[in-house]
Amino acid sequence: MTLAMAEQRSDTRREKVVRRFAFTDMIFAGISRAAAILVLLILGGVAVSLVVGAWTALSAFGFGFLTTESWNPVTEKFGALAPIYGTIVTSGIAILIAVPIGVGIAIFLTELCPRPLRRPIGIAVELLAGIPSIIYGIWGLFVFAPFVQTTVQPFVINLFKDVPGLSSMFAGPPYGIGMLTSSMILAIMVLPFVTSITRDVFETVPAVLKESAYGIGCTTWEVVRRIVIPYTRVGIMGGIMLGLGRALGETMAVTFVIGNAHRISASLFAPGTTISATIANEFTEADGELYTSSLIALGLILFIITLIILAMARYMLMRIGRKAGA
Amino acid sequence: MSTIYPRRKATNGIMMALCVVAAVIGLAWLALILGALLYNGLAGVNIAVFTQMTPPPGEAGGLLNAIAGSLVITVIAVVIGTPIGIMAGTYMAEYGRFSKLTTVVRFINDILLSAPSIVVGLFVYELVVRPMGHFSAFAGAFALAVLVIPVVVRTTEDMLNLVPNALREAGTAIGAPRWIVIRSVAYRAALSGIVTGILLAIARISGETAPLLFTALNNQFWSSNLNAPMASLPVTIFQFALSPYEEWQQLAWTGALLITLTVLALSIIARSLTGRREDR
Repeated sequence: MTLAMAEQRSDTRREKVVRRFAFTDMIFAGISRAAAILVLLILGGVAVSLVVGAWTALSAFGFGFLTTESWNPVTEKFGALAPIYGTIVTSGIAILIAVPIGVGIAIFLTELCPRPLRRPIGIAVELLAGIPSIIYGIWGLFVFAPFVQTTVQPFVINLFKDVPGLSSMFAGPPYGIGMLTSSMILAIMVLPFVTSITRDVFETVPAVLKESAYGIGCTTWEVVRRIVIPYTRVGIMGGIMLGLGRALGETMAVTFVIGNAHRISASLFAPGTTISATIANEFTEADGELYTSSLIALGLILFIITLIILAMARYMLMRIGRKAGA
Repeated sequence: MSTIYPRRKATNGIMMALCVVAAVIGLAWLALILGALLYNGLAGVNIAVFTQMTPPPGEAGGLLNAIAGSLVITVIAVVIGTPIGIMAGTYMAEYGRFSKLTTVVRFINDILLSAPSIVVGLFVYELVVRPMGHFSAFAGAFALAVLVIPVVVRTTEDMLNLVPNALREAGTAIGAPRWIVIRSVAYRAALSGIVTGILLAIARISGETAPLLFTALNNQFWSSNLNAPMASLPVTIFQFALSPYEEWQQLAWTGALLITLTVLALSIIARSLTGRREDR
């Protein structure tokens, strides 16, 4: 009798505990799920807030905002063409410089470098990827731009002054700051990203593939060219796109050395501007609803461009990830 | 055969030499930047940097209010961002490991991870600064928190995925509910990895300038009011470097050196934490 009662009591107690556990577990699962959804909401919130902020400008200028070069705060006529041009040109040149060097370093690290040096150099490259961009900016302003102004630009201007085409591309007074200087700073900045991703995807190549190529007498270069690069093509492209995404959105490294001039010049030595540099330079000084809204519209354009590039990059890296996992 | 072999060998020699040259150029260039930073930054390091406020143009001073501001903003950002990041990572690795939501969140999170930080600044400007009507330290911290979240989510998920399932099964077998298994088994096993993620996130935000420009703005003076503009190291560097005054430019170099050393130290600590875990 008493035994049965005690059993019953312990049964209900156990039931209570189990129910309490189930309840707390539900709460914990709910909170974690909400946090995951919040990540989605942040990206959505960024998009929505930019569209809302840019609405005044977009409805005032319409599609012409994308194709107008003039940027005049006094008459309140704004067009995004010059910053868009500057962003794409500086990032494009930066990638053209950084990719060959970055892939070269990755080949050096995976194929040539003596084993004891591999880890230190690899770690050094990754540490450099974490250095904030304002450091590159301040170096560009105080060290690199004066050097370019006094040494590189006069030489190049002289060299190409009689070559049609190139003479206008490298024309004008040597300011030091300008589009090409910005591109080179950006190139240095994205170099660690491109290098470390390329090296990572190079290491996914199965050793058997490389060994069999060496076995039939291939040289190191032939192994890299015919085996490693074809096998990792998608991953390399992903790394390049990721670097491009960084370069497009980069603010501080560029703002210091671009010159903030709202015009499109044929010369790469001329000052220009990029989307992010325009926003950083002018946002706090922008007075008037339309001015602020135009700057936010620039941010929206940048957001859309980088979103597309980054989504493509992630998709490509995901594909190589699956390959490596299988 | 004897005709193509020398050519192949020569091509190989040239290409490999080019790779070595690329490595030398790339690393030397980066070393050059760090060298210039050390040289110019160390010239201005003295006790005043840590004890005096940012000076008006043309006078000597320090970076005390900027350093303090950066610390305050960073701490708040980490306090807001870390729990959200850890919980989201927990969902992805524990509750929803095979759900569609996890795949979507992972993709979006990876995009957030490298989204331009200036856009995040605009987002917070629209969300916080405009409705409140003024710039504030809190808005700056909020902007940095948005940058902390993706880093923490990513590392938490990766690290929890590395925890062997046998550990979870052992916990469940003795009757512990799932959330206690996660808390006392999975978190404990992945602790060093999660801490690494937080350190990397701090490293990431401690040099961020763009999102602070129009959220926390800047402040010439000491301020402990979270509802008012606050100085921060990166924004002060930005302002001082572009100024024509020599004292300000020197302080900018010194500040840049401080940030770089902080970031490098954090990354190295983070790396040594996970390194030890891998060895085990």
